[in-house]
Amino acid sequence: MMTMEKMIKSSALALALVAVVGCTKKESTTGATNAAPAGDTILVGEVGSMTGSEATFGTSTHNGIELAFEQINAAGGVKGKKFKLITLDDQGKPDEAATAATKLITQDKIQALLGEVASSRSLAMAPIAQSNGVPMITPSSTNPKVTEQGDYIFRVCFIDPFQGTVMAKFALDTLKVKNVAVLRDVKNDYSVGLADFFTQTFTKNGGKVVVDQSFSAGDMDFKSQLTAIRAKKPEAIYVPGYYTEVGLIARQAKELGLNVPLMGGDGWDSPKLTEIGGKSIEGSYFSNHYSPEDQSPAVQKFVSEFKAKYGVIPDGLSAMGYDAAKVLADAMTRAPDLTNKAVRDAIATTKDFPGVTGVITLNEHRDPVKSAVVLKVAGGGYKYQTTVKP
Amino acid sequence: MSKPEAKLNGSPHGMKTLWPWIAALAGVIVVHFLVTDRLNPYFFTILMYAGVNATLAVSLNLISGFTGQFSMGHAGFMSVGGYVSAFITTSLAASHPDLINDPNLSPFVFGGVLVVAGLFSAFMGYLVGLPSLRLRGDYLAIVTLGFGEIIRVIVLNVDAIGGARGMPNIPELSSFAWVYGVLVVTLFSVWRLIHSRQGREFLAVREDEIAAEAMGVNTTKAKVRAFATGAFFAGVSGALFAHYLRYLNPQTFDFNRSFEVIIMVVLGGLGSLSGSVVAAIFLTVLKEMLRPLQELTKLDFRMVIYSMLLIVLMLTRPNGIFGTKEITSLFKRGRRSSKGGAT
Amino acid sequence: MIEFVQLLVNGLSLGSIYALIALGYTMVFGILQLINFAHGDVYMLGAFIGMYTSRALNLGEHPSLGALLLVLAVAMAGCAAMGFLIERIAYRPLRKAPRINLLITAVGVSLFLEFAGQLVFGADPKFFPQIFSIESDFSFGELKINPLQVLVFGISIVLMTILQTIIYKTRIGRAMRAASFSHDLASLMGIPTDRVISFTFMLGSALAGAGGVLVGLIYPKIEPLMGSMMGLKAFVAAVLGGIGNVTGAVVGALILGLAESFLVGYGYPTFRDALAFALLILILILKPTGLFGTKRTEKV
Repeated sequence: MMTMEKMIKSSALALALVAVVGCTKKESTTGATNAAPAGDTILVGEVGSMTGSEATFGTSTHNGIELAFEQINAAGGVKGKKFKLITLDDQGKPDEAATAATKLITQDKIQALLGEVASSRSLAMAPIAQSNGVPMITPSSTNPKVTEQGDYIFRVCFIDPFQGTVMAKFALDTLKVKNVAVLRDVKNDYSVGLADFFTQTFTKNGGKVVVDQSFSAGDMDFKSQLTAIRAKKPEAIYVPGYYTEVGLIARQAKELGLNVPLMGGDGWDSPKLTEIGGKSIEGSYFSNHYSPEDQSPAVQKFVSEFKAKYGVIPDGLSAMGYDAAKVLADAMTRAPDLTNKAVRDAIATTKDFPGVTGVITLNEHRDPVKSAVVLKVAGGGYKYQTTVKP
Repeated sequence: MSKPEAKLNGSPHGMKTLWPWIAALAGVIVVHFLVTDRLNPYFFTILMYAGVNATLAVSLNLISGFTGQFSMGHAGFMSVGGYVSAFITTSLAASHPDLINDPNLSPFVFGGVLVVAGLFSAFMGYLVGLPSLRLRGDYLAIVTLGFGEIIRVIVLNVDAIGGARGMPNIPELSSFAWVYGVLVVTLFSVWRLIHSRQGREFLAVREDEIAAEAMGVNTTKAKVRAFATGAFFAGVSGALFAHYLRYLNPQTFDFNRSFEVIIMVVLGGLGSLSGSVVAAIFLTVLKEMLRPLQELTKLDFRMVIYSMLLIVLMLTRPNGIFGTKEITSLFKRGRRSSKGGAT
Repeated sequence: MIEFVQLLVNGLSLGSIYALIALGYTMVFGILQLINFAHGDVYMLGAFIGMYTSRALNLGEHPSLGALLLVLAVAMAGCAAMGFLIERIAYRPLRKAPRINLLITAVGVSLFLEFAGQLVFGADPKFFPQIFSIESDFSFGELKINPLQVLVFGISIVLMTILQTIIYKTRIGRAMRAASFSHDLASLMGIPTDRVISFTFMLGSALAGAGGVLVGLIYPKIEPLMGSMMGLKAFVAAVLGGIGNVTGAVVGALILGLAESFLVGYGYPTFRDALAFALLILILILKPTGLFGTKRTEKV
């Protein structure tokens, strides 16, 4: 026992020593390089999940960003400079996203940061962009907390409270249902957020959430949840998960004789949804950032150009990536010079920017005020239903 | 592990053996002033993660390398420490902001928080160690893995620490001196421990549980102690990690994280402290060096390489790079090896 | 009431899927006393082999019993080969090594299959073609039963009986039992221990392969990581029933399936994944030999 005691004593001493050293810790400074960079390229960093189970999200977004910069460069670039995109992978992990952002900012000396899709990763990146004074635009992180991280953090998508509200209003006004079940993915921050805000709005406006069930991403059997839901006889089920599970949920709901429409959010947007869900997912609704069917010339031009380059119809994430890059380029054009501060100020004053995913005006929280669309799954694809304005 | 314990003969006692540790601590402090705000932040980040990982690896080595208990839930201990400490500091930042913001006060607060985080984690380690009363190695491995899962499920269900949304706005309190100071303290403590009477009990359990019992070693107590101590340092490293990244999310502490620590320990050598440190730093740096390859191919080779490395190591060099030797023994070969005997 | 019966049915059908995987687990453990962590990943491989076979032969467009049997045969053969390779390359050289090394290797093999699977197949989920369907309806009013799951339930009972017969009624079975008692003693008696172990691995892996195809049929979303949690739960099921015991594995799996189903159905769905491990810890503390296990003295 003597050694143990000695050990604790000397360890405590050592810890105290370290603490004393910690006292002289530097005043926190921002390492922002505020001189306008020379050269004829504008370096932009992108962090995304290019590998791992969410690789499709990262790739979709990346394609949108790439297409946008290609077009801008072909049209002469910004202030006579061409964009150069550096993309780093984060494997879908928050800590990797933080490391990647640090590398981009301090090694590659990027002038702006684009990413991430998931709010959890954006939340890990944002403090780094903020403390280094590099403007960051996230294409599709919908958690309100992301832009609260500082005045250099922006987004071009609507936020969870709005998306939850959209579906709640749609359920009440269009589907005319009063009793709804919620089935959320507890492993997924995005799903939890949407479920909470949906419940809030839905109950406030006279609806009733009869049962709130949950699952974890990666599950394959949802019958017991659905059995519990069936017992409460809901008129619709709100499932704000990713497409990976929703297809199976739809199948098993039908097997159990639950013939009510499912509702969801932008996480549904993937061709795999209808492949896995088959006939069972038909007649379901989800909110999204845009509809490729939208006949406005801006959308149709984007869809055809995207299809020409990648051979697929762009999903919501591609459109968001495209818009994020375009908003950045627009701000850089308007900014008096290309210092980080000037670019930040220009992004903050983005007003009535005609994006593919709607008209983007950033409010004082650096969040856009824009509309969402509701799509219906039909005939193995999506049919545009309605647009919901904020 | 049928390995003769060579170095135990050179058991350190008294002040003489304390000097290298004090020197190491002084070195950490000097380097702290050299690198803080001077080193490129990207390299600094890698350096910080390397330090955190080294502490983790050393703490796991105490459980797996020295006591022979295969633990697959080390990320769980880490997350307990991370979440507990982050919860304390964010609450303090809200109620008593000067405790966190005052540069003269915060290090002492943080030091206390680290200890509390470690203690919480140690308690968890104690709980996990308890069922090992009746479990042989394989079962224990699954129980520890399950324990990591249970912790993750619990974190997901507690709204006060963010649940699936994660926990942002954690104050940045970790510094080079903290991370590497803790590493030195961890190394020192584990070193002293394994050279103490209790440490020899750990080794006895590793070599042959039944024989150890026959010799009067309370094997259960030894195992539980190893788990609690290992978990303590894992918890502290989790706290350091949380206050550097400044954001916690349950995803960060999934099984892959536990696996990364296992491969560090195995690569360095089950039973070699310096091996763990070297392997942890090597693998942390390697991860960043593989990054360009990964960007180029859009494929995540890293984990495939790690898992293959694990199999190949077990087949060809089951004792890792250093085996149970320490780096220092390279310099003292002439003096020590005569007493020990070969592998 | 109807809810209770439905949850019971759900639990049994989920349990029969765990049983398919648990059977292979318990056999391998019985003979080697090794938790073959890679077992769940062999099951994943079975699902992918099944998917590629069905795609290559376009079986999804003409669902039939023949198609199912063909795909099952291919997947089982492929997985048996895989099981043979895993045992030969990774486990056999370590037969005399300390346990912890063997355990680490098993984890390594499992992770290798998972990550290599992500590289080869892609990390995103894939759709498993519907190569077989039963049109008849098994519903009784509100109570809905998926006929495919009745089939899986039947298959696991049949497989259990076949395995039981192999182990207790055949020559190779006797050799397996002897080898599981003591490798050295069995060798001395002239039993080719290595070959018996290889056979056990192949048999267990083939079962996992069949499990992969059947699961793909019922839950047509497959991905490279599908085996990890499934493997762990199957292991828990095997321990619950008494590891090394074939009947025990099936009973344990059914109990686990039922427990999960009721836990989720009666309001604690978030704790589902924790349940299996909690059960494991409980059974190990209360009755380490499992429900059907026999006491085995530890060899010194």
